[in-house]
Amino acid sequence: MECKEIINTIKDNFPEQILWITLFRGDCSITIKRDKAKQILKFLKENETLNFDYLIDVTAVDYKDIRQPRFNVVYHLMSVKHRHRIRIKVEVPEEDCWVETVSDLWATANWHERECFDMFGIQFKGHPDLRRILLPEDWEGYPLRKDYPVQSDLGEKEWKPFKEIIESVKE
Amino acid sequence: MERAVERDIVHTKELIVNMGPQHPATHGVLRLVLEVEGERIVKCTPYVGYLHRGIEKLSENLPYVSVLPLTDRMDYLASMVNNIGYCVAIEKLLGIQVPERAKFIRTMMAEMSRICSHLVWIATHALDIGAMTVFLYAFRDREVFLDLFEMVTGARLTVSYPRIGGVRCDVNNEFLDKLYNFIDKFPKHVEEYEVLIDRNRVWLRRTRNVGVITAEEAINMGLTGPTLRGSGVYYDVRKFFPYDAYDRVDFEVPLGKNGDVYDRYRCRMLEFRQSARIIKQCIEKLPEGPILAEEALKIRMPTAAVKIDKKDIEVALYIEDKSIEEFVQKYPEVYASVEAPKGELGFYVVCDGTAKPYRLRLRAPSFVHAGALPKLCEGGLVADVIANIGTIDLVLGECDR
Repeated sequence: MECKEIINTIKDNFPEQILWITLFRGDCSITIKRDKAKQILKFLKENETLNFDYLIDVTAVDYKDIRQPRFNVVYHLMSVKHRHRIRIKVEVPEEDCWVETVSDLWATANWHERECFDMFGIQFKGHPDLRRILLPEDWEGYPLRKDYPVQSDLGEKEWKPFKEIIESVKE
Repeated sequence: MERAVERDIVHTKELIVNMGPQHPATHGVLRLVLEVEGERIVKCTPYVGYLHRGIEKLSENLPYVSVLPLTDRMDYLASMVNNIGYCVAIEKLLGIQVPERAKFIRTMMAEMSRICSHLVWIATHALDIGAMTVFLYAFRDREVFLDLFEMVTGARLTVSYPRIGGVRCDVNNEFLDKLYNFIDKFPKHVEEYEVLIDRNRVWLRRTRNVGVITAEEAINMGLTGPTLRGSGVYYDVRKFFPYDAYDRVDFEVPLGKNGDVYDRYRCRMLEFRQSARIIKQCIEKLPEGPILAEEALKIRMPTAAVKIDKKDIEVALYIEDKSIEEFVQKYPEVYASVEAPKGELGFYVVCDGTAKPYRLRLRAPSFVHAGALPKLCEGGLVADVIANIGTIDLVLGECDR
């Protein structure tokens, strides 16, 4: 199905939820409001003509000081039957940092959402097991946020076990 | 320990067994915590992240060109495909047209890489299950491919050979002849491995009806590559969203039926032959011409990690006759993916007009597959965990990024 048809189908069903749509190099990207994000995603999965049964990826982007609200949670969907792809973006403000989980719709979302929480600190409401996944459990801070330093110049804020190792070497 | 199970006369208790992170069968540093009841697995919890190097964060602070060597360090068994995936994504973002010759060279290299990766897979997978001999044969053949890589790129594993807009250097006739001769007899070599295990009774017992996953479950869990196709789902990025020269070569996508370890093994064995077929066609059809797009030369190599002024930005990002402001207003972001040996390797790039990617997301197949391990293992035997880890073809470097 062509991008325009997909957009029209979503527009007809959720006219007030769409914020903006971009088409760039054949990639269709739809930014939606958070309130009914899960309903839209569910609709995309279950609608016969769209049939987005495959969730490729869930991730987030931090637009600190560039855009408001600060975060975008990005879903990449694909249909194995119809061979089309789409990108859904959900806006998430910094103070009220949550979206609803989609791990009950697509099992693959479970780990992707955990990673997203690990790296950005975005809460996924209703997630069965929201723990850190790549970083140690007692890690502080969210590394992929733009205000997190790249090099280890954290000083006192350094990860505790690492500080202990450094100190033991000094002795 | 409170949940003691009473069964006839013998009393059994659930035990928690820790497997890894240093275990020969975990293919790296994967840790599984298994709750077992006798020989049955009740619950399996994978722990990943031991090899996390923060490639996504690092790449946000490097120019586009300098990110390329980082992608080598993801799936180190098939670094060429990782490089190509990154290049395809950036080319899509900047709108660079790659010359035909470069496209064919890349396709050829990607398939060589796929064979290399599958050879390591069959070697270690068979070794884990107990068939030692295959290991020696597979590594003998892998050596030939690594030597061929070395001939062109100068490196055996982390090649960094493709460039944004083409490839680094041309291939010569000596290389093509050697490759053609070897590829010609390669299907016979594959038969050699098959003779060893294909109808082996132990192998069949260990792989058939083990780790069964249905087509719906596989799609729902986001599996890709041979792991998905073993369940009979027809999805291959090379066919669905063709990149490089895949739309001009003739090949089939092998499918399994039952979705067990054996079917996934068969899929990969058939992929060996298809890859050989693609390489042959690439050598035969290889056109003459340039190997790097003209626009690619306008992408500047990094000088120093300094703040880049406006003039540099325009050089760093070549965009079809449009000013940088216009480009950025369109919120440029692309998702491009390639069929890596393990599955779909996706790159999601967000651009803000500077010479560095604003956000680079790597969708690693191994990460998704590791997430499917509980589904594969639970309800099975402890010994089958080894078969299940082997069958999803994990590379932890890619999983943890």
